[in-house]
Amino acid sequence: MLTRSSVLTSCLTSDPRAFVALAHVSRQDVGSREVSRTVTTDRTVDVHGPRTPHSRGGSWPVRVDQHLDDGLTADDVDRWVPSACVLCSNGCGCDIAVKDGRMVGIRGRADDRVNRGRLGPKGLYGSTPWSTAGDRLTRPLVREDGRLVETDWDTAMGRIVEHSKALLEDKGPLSHGFYTSGQLFLEEYYTLAVIGKAGLGTPHMDGNTRLCTATAAASLKESFGADGQPGSYADIEHCDTVLLVGHNMPETQTVLWARLLDRIAGPDPPRLVCIDPRRTQVAEQAEQTGGVHLAPTVGTNLALLNGLAHELFEHGWTDEAWVERHTLGVDDLRGTVAAYPPEEVARICGVAADDVRRAARILGESEALLSTVLQGVYQSHQATAAAVAVNNLHLLRGMIGRPGCGVLQMNGQPTAQNNRECGADGDLPGFRNWDNPSHVRELAELWNVDEMTIPHWAPPTHAMQIFSYAETGSIGLLWISATNPAVSMPESARIRRILGGDQCFVVVQDLFLTETAELADVVLPAAGWGEKTGCFTNADRTVHLSEQAVDPPGQARSDLDIFLAYADAMGLTDQDGGPLIGWRTPEEAFAAWQAASRGRPCDYSGLSYARLRETNGLQWPVTEEHPDGTERLYTDGVFSTHSDYCENYGHDLLTGGTVTAQEHRAMAPAGRALLKGTAHTPPHEAPSEDYPLLFTTGRTVHHFHTRTKTGRSRQLDGAAPDAWVQLSTTDAHALGVREGDWVRVESPRGAIEVRARVGAVMPGAVFAPFHYGRWDPTGAAEDADSRQANELTMTIWDPVSKQPYFKTAACRVTRLRAGDQTAGRP
Amino acid sequence: MPHLATYVGLADRSEQTLADSLRAVAEGHARQADVFHTCHTLAKLSDEHRRRLAPVVERYGEERDVDEPARLHADGLAEVREGEIGLLRDLQDLHVLATLVQTTWTVIAQGAQGLRDRELLEIATSSNVETSRQLTWLNTRMKMAAPQALIIAP
Repeated sequence: MLTRSSVLTSCLTSDPRAFVALAHVSRQDVGSREVSRTVTTDRTVDVHGPRTPHSRGGSWPVRVDQHLDDGLTADDVDRWVPSACVLCSNGCGCDIAVKDGRMVGIRGRADDRVNRGRLGPKGLYGSTPWSTAGDRLTRPLVREDGRLVETDWDTAMGRIVEHSKALLEDKGPLSHGFYTSGQLFLEEYYTLAVIGKAGLGTPHMDGNTRLCTATAAASLKESFGADGQPGSYADIEHCDTVLLVGHNMPETQTVLWARLLDRIAGPDPPRLVCIDPRRTQVAEQAEQTGGVHLAPTVGTNLALLNGLAHELFEHGWTDEAWVERHTLGVDDLRGTVAAYPPEEVARICGVAADDVRRAARILGESEALLSTVLQGVYQSHQATAAAVAVNNLHLLRGMIGRPGCGVLQMNGQPTAQNNRECGADGDLPGFRNWDNPSHVRELAELWNVDEMTIPHWAPPTHAMQIFSYAETGSIGLLWISATNPAVSMPESARIRRILGGDQCFVVVQDLFLTETAELADVVLPAAGWGEKTGCFTNADRTVHLSEQAVDPPGQARSDLDIFLAYADAMGLTDQDGGPLIGWRTPEEAFAAWQAASRGRPCDYSGLSYARLRETNGLQWPVTEEHPDGTERLYTDGVFSTHSDYCENYGHDLLTGGTVTAQEHRAMAPAGRALLKGTAHTPPHEAPSEDYPLLFTTGRTVHHFHTRTKTGRSRQLDGAAPDAWVQLSTTDAHALGVREGDWVRVESPRGAIEVRARVGAVMPGAVFAPFHYGRWDPTGAAEDADSRQANELTMTIWDPVSKQPYFKTAACRVTRLRAGDQTAGRP
Repeated sequence: MPHLATYVGLADRSEQTLADSLRAVAEGHARQADVFHTCHTLAKLSDEHRRRLAPVVERYGEERDVDEPARLHADGLAEVREGEIGLLRDLQDLHVLATLVQTTWTVIAQGAQGLRDRELLEIATSSNVETSRQLTWLNTRMKMAAPQALIIAP
């Protein structure tokens, strides 16, 4: 049995004793008649914690959540070190508790704009236990006679440099690929971007952000001209309607959901419209608030969203004057969505036509609409076109850039935004346009390198293509940092073959010997969160400084130090022979990044470590003119679409064909947003007689990514120890499957054998969490070798964002045997 | 107007050749998942053009007695080439085929204009727009494939 662990939650209720440490908060936010008390709950069960209701236009009350290792109280803590949580993309401000040189707990920061003191179960229980786990990597490893053996840094780095130099000599920079993460710090991404783009000159750089947020970025570029979240989390306080599309917020961003629940519990709750094939808590709240739950067939999001736009036009719910002034393309969009009246949408999506009408009316009659979008769109069919279709709804209604009227194209990981900004993924730093020669020249001048060095001759290479090149040996050195593609990428068997083969030399830099690291040629031990200093930026552009709290174990080094060591060993120089990388410390790297960001949409020039130590959590752009940051973008209805300024010229959303500079100039958007409509096409792999069901993967509230950290938390592992699949009641009945039975789920690419849960998913769909690979913290999972959801998924990606589709594979399910317990339902 | 009829026939056949070739490249380079899926999508666009053109072909009749200019016959891709450089060449071939389709629609639109044949004009114009989409993707994909194929590929 799971031990009930205690979490201190100080909220605005009744006992003054527990609130000494937060007296300043009480004074600031709480009227004198209100006091506080200590609540002890198991937050793996009470996931969102107690309600602190608030009304529209008010401010979200403070509620401070804290968790310390067993037996410790706040009095035992030596010091609290400011940071922000990295166990989802929400970016909650926190302080790390340190005792005797160890991280022993965490507390939400009451003064942080993102969370006002709260933390979710992952943040509370998962933030620190991994750091002292016995299986941390503490020394570099190299492969000898097929086995990984411990070595020293000189030997490990020597091997990398030897391979790297030989490949450069033999084949040039296109032989190098870098695959990073959504979990490094800004300073690390930027340093790697300069190494790759200005030092080596390879276009093959991407991150696992390709798997989680590429579509968010792509949709923002298509609609608004550049990446950058238009809205703010504070729009929750101001909206009257929330549209959640493929976004299971209660499980993916629990603190943001708590914020919304607090509005729903208040006097004038917003109405929710939920688009999700599963009956999630969002769906339940949609119905309770007088909204609608639409459960479209997997792979038909775009048809449904086109139907909603159709209704906005049909009923005159568009803001014609605003659309005329601030957008381009309304006639084409009207023409495209004309083919999607509610009955047609009902036919394609399997939803009731009247529900489409009701949902559209709610959106059409709202005064302040907030929309949020996540993997149900990004990892599904026609991802970018569907994400753009959500942006279109806001543009048609003229609801962007003012309080309550926000689009939140969410991120999946805590630092994904920084990978996008800094250009350790395919993009150029500072949201610069690879196809715009003057943008490339700016970087060449900044880095003092030849323009020709900077890869800009073609669209950047996306992750799936990088792995494809590694598969053939065309890329001969693949360097993977802080991510676990052997579990997280689609079609796992293929990825293992690529990483394990001799055709490509693989370097892995991580905290643990992950399923990916086991296949590497060199493994480098890295410092994690709290063991190094750096900044990162969440999904609503909030920048936090995360300070080093403790030393890394053994010989582990920060990712920044590792990249710098490589740059030194390679002797990377600028065109005058000086060192290419002129910085050593995180703060110096940050300053270099500020210079790169100046004048671009993600302008950090008004920020500094000193400023962040004063006020942690500021939203970019932060400039001299806006020293306190910028809550919402596009408040004047002027977008980043000017041809000289935009991040790209856009794409054909059906094929991914790129719009040329000339075409873009002829269109002359000049600050107007672009309305782009696309027709629905059927998903690539339709169910068949052999594979009659649709397989869709996703997340559970207790785990993050491939459980590298959360699986090492006793509480989180206890709450969700093993994988499962979820079947609809109808399908389960037809297959003779009962709750807890073992089932085999099989696609043309692979199979898993796990326990079944029954219900809460639409008929025809089969849901599996993607977190579980072979690694198991207790070694107790009997299905450890047969539970990895990505064995079944397809190698296919969105034509524009290049984000893989994890939610549209055909599969079949067979019952194996009765289970001895229920499927570990969290 | 025997020559317009010839060109209507040419449009029909060159769209067919393009569609068949797109499918051949899709299947032959199926390991490149985006090539596989996008080529199939693009082939469907050509199918649709032919479907819409069918009544016009019927109306104008097949002018068997007027020879099509031989140089405008383009052979499709019956077989695909191997590897990254092979893909690059196949994409280039598709681009040539699509260009023939596009100029054919351009010419037909001019004829339809002269004859005030609104149905044919609409088909030629809208098909031409979609042929541009096909060409744009081919161009984008070639640019993406070229550096690696030309410099590194074995």
